[in-house]
Amino acid sequence: MSGPERDPRAAEPVRPEGRAAVLADYLVPGARAALAGRAAGTAVLGAWVLLWGVAALRPGRVAATLRGGAVDEWVALATLVAGLAACLHAARRWLAPALHGAGGGSGPGGGPSDGGGGPVDWEAFGRHRQASIGLVLLGALVLVALLTPYLAPYDPNAQHAVVATRFLSPSLAHPLGTDRFGRDVLSRALYGARISLSIGFVAVAIAISIGTLVGAGAGMAGGVLDAVSMRGVDLLLSFPRLVLLIALVALFEPGIALVTLVLGVTGWMGTARIVRGQVLSIREEEYVQAARALGFGRWRVLTRHVLPNALTPVIVAATLGVGNTILAEAALSFLGLGVQPPTASWGNMVASGRDAMLHAWWIAAFPGVAIVLTVVSFNLVGDGLRDALDPRRAGGLR
Amino acid sequence: MTAPLLEVEDLRTWFGGGSGEGEGREARAVDGVSFRLGAGETLGLVGESGCGKSVTALSLLRLVPEPPGRILAGSSVRLRGEELLEAPPARLREVRGGEIAMVFQEPMTSLNPVLPVGRQVAEGIRRHRGLGAREAERETVRLLDRVGIPEPEERRRAYPHQLSGGMRQRVMIAMALACRPSILVADEPTTALDVTVQAQILELLADLQAELGMAILLITHDLGIVAQVADRVAVMYAGRIVEEAPVEALYSRPLHPYTEGLLAAVPDPDRPSERLAAIAGRVPDPAHWPEGCRFRPRCPRAWGRCASEPGLLAGEAGRRARCWLVEEPGRRSRGEGE
Repeated sequence: MSGPERDPRAAEPVRPEGRAAVLADYLVPGARAALAGRAAGTAVLGAWVLLWGVAALRPGRVAATLRGGAVDEWVALATLVAGLAACLHAARRWLAPALHGAGGGSGPGGGPSDGGGGPVDWEAFGRHRQASIGLVLLGALVLVALLTPYLAPYDPNAQHAVVATRFLSPSLAHPLGTDRFGRDVLSRALYGARISLSIGFVAVAIAISIGTLVGAGAGMAGGVLDAVSMRGVDLLLSFPRLVLLIALVALFEPGIALVTLVLGVTGWMGTARIVRGQVLSIREEEYVQAARALGFGRWRVLTRHVLPNALTPVIVAATLGVGNTILAEAALSFLGLGVQPPTASWGNMVASGRDAMLHAWWIAAFPGVAIVLTVVSFNLVGDGLRDALDPRRAGGLR
Repeated sequence: MTAPLLEVEDLRTWFGGGSGEGEGREARAVDGVSFRLGAGETLGLVGESGCGKSVTALSLLRLVPEPPGRILAGSSVRLRGEELLEAPPARLREVRGGEIAMVFQEPMTSLNPVLPVGRQVAEGIRRHRGLGAREAERETVRLLDRVGIPEPEERRRAYPHQLSGGMRQRVMIAMALACRPSILVADEPTTALDVTVQAQILELLADLQAELGMAILLITHDLGIVAQVADRVAVMYAGRIVEEAPVEALYSRPLHPYTEGLLAAVPDPDRPSERLAAIAGRVPDPAHWPEGCRFRPRCPRAWGRCASEPGLLAGEAGRRARCWLVEEPGRRSRGEGE
């Protein structure tokens, strides 16, 4: 969850790593890199401060988890520990060597194609400033969602003395105010982040799986099967998605699981088309023929040689898809067909706040801002990935 | 010569035209090719682009994509007497890579870009030799070392784009040799490489052939390469073999006018100022091969008899050529005046 690297603009002076430097890395990981002007250092430092801040803010809850807590509390604790460890690891393993001139080997023109060298050009991603910002925002958002049980100041569904605490404007006690039942908007927004993000990720995972399966099947089989399944996709695509969603949801009892499933089941057609197109072109590649000449069967050729090469646009589509799915979930919940109150989701929070817009704007505004920021972040990261994964747009891999 | 290792007889691979007998519409890319390959022998298959060399190679392993292409009934490819064209798919996959391996022309595009090269080599070893992951890994390093890749332990983790063309072709060769095939089909293995690397790769192939005792079917348009490494040469034109001969005999005295033309077209460094010779015209459309001898429209020596196509006529010393001149050698000197 570290931030992307930015081009080291100036060559750092090469100096031996002193004991103080090592100590600094363990106390404030990323600080040295941040001072040297590297965005990744700032990101690591930020995560480190955030995580310790949470621990310092709620020592009581952390201790309570150790004495026995709910699943989400254990998840939060694991996130805390793993996050801190990851910060230290990043500082010592990645950032410190780069600071000490180990990166001197890559002179001007010497690209990123050393070391692990996967197909993702992270340097190109790092050059993409908005994408970097998006990635940092998303990282923070995921961290916050995982840490929610520690972060949220109140129980999201607790209604205290309703008459006394409802429609309170933002204050120190309630940073984002309270809604008409006296529930803390910040707490609800935090819990809503968990719902929205998990629905987004799971639904997209479902959509990608179905889409890849259908697309790969159509592309490999060709002929009648291809034609029939692609006309089926056309048919499904010709429905406006929201209408399809509403029709499906209306058939069953609304709930989180149903919304996730329905969003997944209605979102795979684009992926299927992308995968089919990729498979059609990749199966003509020489390395696929070479694999067949080595005696591999259809299945192995597909899974090992065709699909991995087809995934690049799928990854981009998936990233953008998460944003869209979160938006669709918000729309459904806003219409009362998605996540049902009292469970908080950004969509139903906006819905419940819309009547009070004039005298209690904070109820609808903050979840709305959260939706916008999240979706924009996903879109930015998606754009950045597209550049990082496409050697032509990034100006060459090497 | 007892039963040869590989025997190809009357191989016909046509493209397009659909299932109906749309005669004349189909591209008859390979149209009646026959040759034999003995164990440990190197046969050069030579011809211009579009003469059917590569399709011949792919047909041996039934790798021609079958909806557009089809191998006609009556064709035969026998490996040690076993008919490959009728082999069940499972057996065919055993033969591919196990008995007959291929090296392709473009080392850039013949390796999977998202897998480290070592994994790609190991994949074949595990498939055909049933080795475990660790043994396959060790064998991979040994093979990479054998094909002349420095620091194989490191390089096996490299992705194809991190290697040079020559290195990639060496990886391809390592992949092909992983299972000790008895036949290596090399389809223009050096065309995409520069000349010094070409020589290294050819030398490597020759070394490995001596070491493993495999036969090589070398497909190329480069007569210089054939002269260096082949024992025998088969010249292809318009989907057919037009001449077949031991390599020295072919170069010293070609029988078929097409071979003559090819040899004349090789630039001669001793006479750099001379205009390069070319064969007039170009390879005809495979959907409409000329009537009679297919080389007749371009042949400087064609005469009336060429309206009917000759078979592969046997000349002296195991040579064969698809030309009436074999029967009427007297005409050869007469045509010389042109």
